Amino acid sequence: MIEMKNVSKWYGATQVLNDCSLNIDKGEVVVVCGPSGSGKSTLIKTINALEPVQKGEIWVDGVAVHDRATNLPKLRSRVGMVFQHFELFPHLTVTDNLTIAQMKVLGRGQDEAKQRGLKMLERVGLTAHKDKFPGQLSGGQQQRVAIARALSMDPIVMLFDEPTSALDPEMVGEVLDVMVGLAAEGMTMMVVTHEMGFARKVSNRVIFMDVGGHILEDTSKDEFFGNIEARQPRTREFLNKILPH
Amino acid sequence: MTYWQDIWDRWQFLWDDRGDGVTYWQWMFSAWGYTVAVAAVSLVVALAIGCLVGTLRTVSQHRVVSALATGWVELFRNIPVLVQLFLWFFVISEIVPGMRGVPSFVLACCALGFFTSARIAEQVRAGIQALPRGQRQAALAMGFTQLQAYRYVILPQTFRIIIPPLTSEAMNIVKNSSVAFAVSIPELISFAMQTQEETSRGIEVYLAATVLYIITALAISWFMSILEKRARVPGLSSQGQGAH
Amino acid sequence: MPALDFSFYTWANISTYLLSGLYFSVSLTIAATIGGIALGTVIALMRLSGIKPLEYAALWYVNLLRSIPLVMVILWFFLLMPSAFYNLFPGDIGQKYRAEICALITFIIFEAAFFSEIVRAGIQSLPRGQTFAGQALGMTYAQNMRYIVLPQAMRNMLPVFLTQTIVLFQDTSLVYAIGAYDILKGFEIMGNTFGRRVETYIMAAVVYFIISFALSMLVKRLNEKIRILR
Ligand SMILES: Nc1ncnc2c1ncn2[C@@H]1O[C@H](COP(=O)(O)OP(=O)(O)OP(=O)(O)O)[C@@H](O)[C@H]1O
Ligand SMILES: [Mg+2]
Repeated sequence: MIEMKNVSKWYGATQVLNDCSLNIDKGEVVVVCGPSGSGKSTLIKTINALEPVQKGEIWVDGVAVHDRATNLPKLRSRVGMVFQHFELFPHLTVTDNLTIAQMKVLGRGQDEAKQRGLKMLERVGLTAHKDKFPGQLSGGQQQRVAIARALSMDPIVMLFDEPTSALDPEMVGEVLDVMVGLAAEGMTMMVVTHEMGFARKVSNRVIFMDVGGHILEDTSKDEFFGNIEARQPRTREFLNKILPH
Repeated sequence: MTYWQDIWDRWQFLWDDRGDGVTYWQWMFSAWGYTVAVAAVSLVVALAIGCLVGTLRTVSQHRVVSALATGWVELFRNIPVLVQLFLWFFVISEIVPGMRGVPSFVLACCALGFFTSARIAEQVRAGIQALPRGQRQAALAMGFTQLQAYRYVILPQTFRIIIPPLTSEAMNIVKNSSVAFAVSIPELISFAMQTQEETSRGIEVYLAATVLYIITALAISWFMSILEKRARVPGLSSQGQGAH
Repeated sequence: MPALDFSFYTWANISTYLLSGLYFSVSLTIAATIGGIALGTVIALMRLSGIKPLEYAALWYVNLLRSIPLVMVILWFFLLMPSAFYNLFPGDIGQKYRAEICALITFIIFEAAFFSEIVRAGIQSLPRGQTFAGQALGMTYAQNMRYIVLPQAMRNMLPVFLTQTIVLFQDTSLVYAIGAYDILKGFEIMGNTFGRRVETYIMAAVVYFIISFALSMLVKRLNEKIRILR
């Protein structure tokens, strides 16, 4: 579904992705973790070309993302993305947030878009808030709407960039629950997160990135958490910091 | 008693004929009409160009386009509006083919509109850059083209942020329209200067013109505050920033 | 399209027609900036004094002057300035330079309204803790303003002052309304003398542009410096 081959990226002279390769199959859930500034956000944003890369190849469902001739809006409309700071459109109601891209990008009619959007809103449990503006919702609610917004485009894969790290602790659970449900339904997901509980519970694989944009580990979940002694020193150091003892 | 009589007498000139069947009273209101009309048309010109140029300055992929937009802003804001007015009347209409027959009202609106467009462009640019970067990314991530992202996500939010500065630009354009006296547009200042010469009722005439300017300014701020209220989004601070 | 001819801009002609006008435009800008900041600061302090009559007086001053065109204000002052005032100047200077003197006074009073808003914003943007710290040291209101608040606020406001000065410099062209001899007037007289109106306004625009643009580049540099210092 997603294939990345020897991708490198620089901001001026500093390299932020260093020869990254990875492969995500249909239905897989892959968690990406690593210290701050290691390039996780950059990595995940290269997949829908929000961040262009200078070297390497990126393929999504057979489409060459790195190719200049690719119709990026069309590709992006099939790749759902959820941001750390939600990024709902604050001037639009929840319903309009859910429908606007369906109508303007996918060309769906208003009724169809609304039906689809409200169905997704229902599945994140926020139907009652459909006429509110984003600013009137809590952080957790906003993030759930953002997930519904991405889902209403019928994406083939979902990308999450630290979806819970801007939330108050008591709201993390409600967002993770939605994501766990999605994984159970077989959605292909790439998730940047430090929620190791989530990784343990639903992921198939864990990727660990280190400063400088290196992919240091790319192993199955069971190997990653079950055999900590076999991990790289940098990974162990990181896990020691964030795992409860 | 005689005091009030005296004041009443001092305003009598308003009903006098200025010499061609038009009373000063009628002249004053037509002058006010010119002030408002010049300002309104110029504002439309300024908003259209200003939004376009300000937006283009934020399109970083096209170096040439954003450089041209920057040049536009620098050119039109670094020359006094009076001098720009003279340029339109005595230079552009002289040496640009086809501009000779253009009515002076149109020339004045071009001058004021282009001058103000530079200032509005700056506000639009600042407004766009004040939005969280993630908004643009979120729009693109959903498959919007650049143009759609501006149309549906960035500009509607920018517009709400810049209502307060636009209010003062709208007031400025009314005030700046006063320079049109220098090219004989019959607006309020022309009226005031000529009438004070003809009637020697300087204080009364200036007072009348000043009051009309103040009324115009009050009307604009009233209108814009209504606009601001209607554009207000529940749950969003007037700074236009989301939750973070 | 008539051919443009700038050959009449010889040094001799420039110094005859333009230099004194330029001198007046620049002096008016500098004097109105300094005078406007001084008077504007007083008005801002009145506005923030907490004494109701002073507050209202300042509020009216600012709001009135900000809602009428500068040209209108210039005309008012030119009309109302008593003749006796000009006689205060030695010799016939007062009568000879009526328009210029009137312009200077008008600009100081008018620009003070705008500068006072800048000063007020500058003072209000200072952290409240600074005022409290001064008070905690036992300073009076005046001492606090003089030694703690204003010096800090002024430093922050420097770029905004300069930006306003650029606007002011451009506004000086409006003394056209009362016929004062500024750079624009100089250009106009020169243009009429040589029958070259087109070249006149092109050159006037170029001169204003160069001065304003240079000043705005200076402000930009200053802003970058200040950003680094913070
Ligand atoms: N626009 C930019 N210009 C220059 N450098 C940048 C830019 N954006 C990111 N970087 C740098 O690229 C590196 C990777 O950034 P990235 O945001 O991908 O890290 P991250 O792993 O997501 O960190 P975090 O956990 O803090 O979100 C960082 O060192 C960052 O400073
Ligand atoms: Mg990140």
